[in-house]
Amino acid sequence: MKREITLKINGEEYTSTVEPRTLLVHFIREHAMLTGTHIGCDTSSCGACTILIDGKSAKSCTILAIQAVGKEITTVEGLALADGPHPLQEGFKENHGLHCGFCTPGMMMRAVELLEKNPNPTEEDIRWGISGNLCRCTGYNNIVKAIKYAGAKMRGDELPSTEPEFVE
Amino acid sequence: MIPSSFDYSAPTTLEEALNLLEEIGDEAKILAGGHSLIPMMKLRFAEPEHLIDLSNVPGLSYINTEGNTVKIGAMTREVDAEESEELNKLFPIFKDVGKLIADPQVRNFGTLGGNLAHGDAANDQPAVMMALNAEIEIIGKEGTRTVGIDDFFFGFYATAVEEGEILTAIKIPIPDGKFGSAYHKSERKVGDYATGGVGVQLTFDSSGTCTKAGIGLTNVNPTPLRASRSEEALVGTTVTDEVIEQAAQFASEDCNPSADLRGDEDYKRRIIKVLTKRMIVKAKERAFS
Ligand SMILES: Cc1cc2nc3c(=O)[nH]c(=O)nc-3n(C[C@H](O)[C@H](O)[C@H](O)COP(=O)(O)OP(=O)(O)OC[C@H]3O[C@@H](n4cnc5c(N)ncnc54)[C@H](O)[C@@H]3O)c2cc1C
Ligand code: FES
Ligand code: FES
Repeated sequence: MKREITLKINGEEYTSTVEPRTLLVHFIREHAMLTGTHIGCDTSSCGACTILIDGKSAKSCTILAIQAVGKEITTVEGLALADGPHPLQEGFKENHGLHCGFCTPGMMMRAVELLEKNPNPTEEDIRWGISGNLCRCTGYNNIVKAIKYAGAKMRGDELPSTEPEFVE
Repeated sequence: MIPSSFDYSAPTTLEEALNLLEEIGDEAKILAGGHSLIPMMKLRFAEPEHLIDLSNVPGLSYINTEGNTVKIGAMTREVDAEESEELNKLFPIFKDVGKLIADPQVRNFGTLGGNLAHGDAANDQPAVMMALNAEIEIIGKEGTRTVGIDDFFFGFYATAVEEGEILTAIKIPIPDGKFGSAYHKSERKVGDYATGGVGVQLTFDSSGTCTKAGIGLTNVNPTPLRASRSEEALVGTTVTDEVIEQAAQFASEDCNPSADLRGDEDYKRRIIKVLTKRMIVKAKERAFS
């Protein structure tokens, strides 16, 4: 039942022979060798595998590779701009939006679509927006700040403070 | 985890899909958004031998108003119903439920048809469709038939969609008079299935009397449940606090929750009572705003 498929990932074509049951995340990691996309669960819950398919954020562990034929796939490796990091990457760096980093690629890929639909999200919008992405380290506060920062940068607004907030 | 082996086809017309279903028989399964089916296949709870992907069949994703019916194509993604202004102007219940189904990534892929065809009482759209009194359009080799939502859910993962058939559309009647709808569910955390959920639609005549009530309950019965006694309690009244209390009490008595990690039976009945009350109030408010 194996067949040859070609997937377009970050603008490049990758051809491989797979079974229909090959999950998109496995194609990305083990056939295209793009290991920035992570696998954090077996139940479609964690969002570590989030990528963009035709601009829509999706859990690549819950999609068959064969379903993605003919689509534009973007992974975290395709996020950086020609002249440097993407505003989201800068936002996560400047705001300590990661500790171990395992959730980070998924968080950023999800945030790409979130900011595209809602360029100036409130804290609540961001928290609902990343509700399909789990982080075991940060407690989310700095992830929310990172996405806010990226939004401001993309809008060309004044950048919010990256100083940590201390609660008395 | 990886599903067990299967074959895959992606037909480009409904006719081709129906032929494949007939040819392959009961080992074939329709693949819509895949966000119920693939997780089950990964856990090997489902091991179909052949998936028939509907993604390449055109004309199954739309939200159209035709006379006094809104028709929604089976492959319409959850996100599209959640974001449709046209749909939510009439039925704001879709914004309510949209936000509560899983998470944004799942809603980008999961379809309305799949949410119903899966036949899971834990899914949220079934109770919504009960509140709205929807009809389900199903196509087979013999042609198209329409099934009322009350005749759609048979049992655990069993619906009126029979072997060889495909769910093609959902039809929602636009009521006469003033009407409002609302949905809420209690969940342990975002993305969880409901501890209990309640969908309500109320219709009123010009004198403010309730002429029609639809109430659907999520995950408190082996199948999605209509709260009939609660509906009857509301119809013919102006939906006063007293009547609302009575209707909520009926819903909590008439559901059949089972104890699990989300709570015991008594807790779930209390959830249903509170949510029924709140959703009736909200639906009434929306009818008159
Ligand atoms: C992490 C997670 C959390 C979730 N939480 C919720 C939640 O809180 N509430 C909720 O309601 N849902 C939830 N879901 C389920 C999600 O909404 C699914 O997308 C939906 O239930 C099924 O839609 P689908 O298009 O993905 O169907 P699929 O998975 O493709 O199909 C489901 C079943 O229906 C059949 N089928 C699908 N379409 C048709 C058709 N047109 N004709 C005939 N048969 C068909 C398939 O053969 C299969 O048996 C969750 C899913 C995940 C992964
Ligand atoms: S790996 Fe956890 S959602 Fe995909
Ligand atoms: S930074 Fe470790 S899981 Fe998020």
